[in-house]
Amino acid sequence: MRNAFADEMTKLAASDSRMILLSGDIGNRLFDRYKDSFPTRFLNCGVAEANMIGMASGMALSGLRPVVYTINAFATVRCLEQIRVDVCYHKAPVIIVGVGAGLSYASLGGTHHSLEDIAMLRALPGMTIVCPGDPIEVRLALRAAIKHDGPVFIRLGKKGEPNIHREIPPFVIGKGIVVRPGKEVCLLSTGHILPVALEAAEALERKGISAQVTSFHTVKPLDEALLTDIFSKFMVVATIEEHSILGGLGGSIAEWMVDQWTRGTRGIKGTQSAYFYRFGTADHFFHEAGDQTYAQAHFGLTAEHISKKIFELCATYSEKLMKL
Amino acid sequence: MLTRSYQVNDEYFNFDNLRNENNRMNQLSEIKAVTRRIRSKLVEMSHKAGTPHLGSSLSCVDILAACYWRVLFIDPKAPNHETRDRFILSKGHACSALYAALAYRGFFPEITLDSFNQNGSSLAEQPSPNCVPGLELATGSLGHGLPVGIGMMLAGLILNCSYRVYVLMSDGECNEGSVWEAALFAPAHKLEKLVVIIDYNKWQATGRSNEITALAPLSEKWKAFGWSVYEVDGHDLEMLIQVLNQVPDGSGKPVAIIANTVKGKGVSFMEDDNNWHYRSPSAEELKRARQELGFST
Repeated sequence: MRNAFADEMTKLAASDSRMILLSGDIGNRLFDRYKDSFPTRFLNCGVAEANMIGMASGMALSGLRPVVYTINAFATVRCLEQIRVDVCYHKAPVIIVGVGAGLSYASLGGTHHSLEDIAMLRALPGMTIVCPGDPIEVRLALRAAIKHDGPVFIRLGKKGEPNIHREIPPFVIGKGIVVRPGKEVCLLSTGHILPVALEAAEALERKGISAQVTSFHTVKPLDEALLTDIFSKFMVVATIEEHSILGGLGGSIAEWMVDQWTRGTRGIKGTQSAYFYRFGTADHFFHEAGDQTYAQAHFGLTAEHISKKIFELCATYSEKLMKL
Repeated sequence: MLTRSYQVNDEYFNFDNLRNENNRMNQLSEIKAVTRRIRSKLVEMSHKAGTPHLGSSLSCVDILAACYWRVLFIDPKAPNHETRDRFILSKGHACSALYAALAYRGFFPEITLDSFNQNGSSLAEQPSPNCVPGLELATGSLGHGLPVGIGMMLAGLILNCSYRVYVLMSDGECNEGSVWEAALFAPAHKLEKLVVIIDYNKWQATGRSNEITALAPLSEKWKAFGWSVYEVDGHDLEMLIQVLNQVPDGSGKPVAIIANTVKGKGVSFMEDDNNWHYRSPSAEELKRARQELGFST
C-alpha cells in the first residue's frame, strides 16, 4: 500500500502544484522519485508530529494541499489535539496518511499497534476517514482526498498487500464497493484486512452460505444508503476491521442501528433487520511478540474464525439454516 | 489608516515605501494614545463580561499596538489579501486585546467589542476560526500558534508570497512541548521572516513561570536553538517597533523577541498581581482604572 501511495503521490503532484508532502522521518528511499521530481515540495519534519500537523494546517490555510505521512499511531493519536484544533476546527484541507495501521507493525510492539485511531478521529467534526482495502483503493482514495474540501485521514497497511480489484472500481468517498457478490451474509470490511474478509467468504461458500464482501472503505461519513439496503436484504451483517471493536467501523454501525430502531424504521417496529456482529480487536493491549498474522489470530481476525463464527450465527438465527 | 490597495508585484514588496507610509500615518504619540484606549476598553470588557485573563491581555497591548500600527503590512479593507503579513496570537486567552486592536485598526466596527463574551456573539473569550476579519488563527489551547505559523511561512516561500509571520506567545506557553518541536524546526529551514514574540511577564496561571519550570534563561534557550534573539522592554513602543521592523535581520535565522513585560501593565493596582489572571474588575475598580489611563468616566 505504501508503494502505491508514494507512486500515486508522485503522479498527482505533477499536475497539482499545491501538493506538498510532509514526512515524519520515515519512508527511507520510498519517496526518492517524488523528491527528485519536486525537491521544494518535500519536507522531512523529523520526529515531531505535533509540529508537523500544525505546520500542515498553516500550509493548508495558506493555499497549499499538504499530505502528511508517518506511522499511523503517531500520525493520529500522538497529535490528536493538533488534528482537532489546527486541522478540524479550522476545516483545513490537510490529508493525513497513516502507514502501518492496525496490527501491521505487530512485531514492533504495543506502541506501534494502532487500534484506537479511528475511534478518536471519528469523533472530530468535519473529519473524513478512509481505509482503503487494497493498493488500488489507496490510489483512488488519495485522488478523491485531494478533491475533497476538508480534512481527510487515509489509513494504510504497510507493503505487499495484494490488489483485490481486477479493474479500477468507481470510487467515491462515503460509498462502499461490492467486491464479491453474495446473498445471505454481508461482510463489511474496512482497510487492509479485506483479503481476510474475502477468504472468510470463500470458506462460508464452501459451507453452503453465500457471502457478499463489501469494501466499506469510508468509515466517516457512513454509507447510510448501503447500510439501509443490506440490513433489510441479508441475514447476517458483520464488520471486519483491524481496529478495536470500540468506536471503529463496527461501533459506527452499531450507533447507526440504534438510531434506526429509535426512528422505528427497522427493528422493533420496522422491517426485518439482519443480525449484526463486529469482528475487531478486543479491548486489551497485545503484549506478546509476534507478527501481523499471529496478532490477527490472537484477536480472532482470521478467515477461519470469522467464517466459523458467522456460520454459528447463521445456524442460530436463521430458520433456514436451523434445518440444515 | 492604510487605504492603498495592495498589488501582488514589486511595489508591494517595497517595504521601505510601506514603512514610510506607516510612519507618516501613525505618529508615536498617536499610538501611545491608542494603547491607553485599548487598555481602558479591556478593563471595561472584562468588567462587563466578567471574564478572566485581564492581566494577560494588558501585558501584551504595547506589542499588539506596535505590530498593528507600525509593523505589519496589512490592510483592513483587504483582510485576506494573500501577501499580507500574518499575525498569530498564540496566547489566545489574551484575545480581548487582539479584538480591541483589530477593531481600533479598522478591521471591524468598534461597537462589536461590546458584545464580547455575550451569548451568541462572534467574540468568544478565545477566538473561533474567522470570527472577525483579520483573525488569522483560532487559539486558546497553548502551543499551537508557532507550528501553524511555520506552516504559513513555508507556504509563503513555496507560493512566492513574500510575507512575514509574527507569532505572539506567552511565557507560560513555553511549557508546551510543541513550542520546542517548532523551535527546533524553524532554524533548520532558515525561516528568516518568521518572528516569535514572547510576552515575558514572568507569571503563568497559578505561579511564577520561572518557578514552575526552568524557563530562564529564556533568551539563551532560543539562541541555543538557533534563533536570532532580541531582548527588549515589551512596553517600550519605540524599541518594539524598531526590533519588529528589522525582520529579516540579515542573520539568516528566524527571530525571537523576548519582550520583558509586566502582567496587568497600565493599571497600577493590577500590575504584577497575578490575581488578575482570574479576577474581573468591579465597577469601582473599572472607574479607578479608567481614571489612571486618562479617561474621566
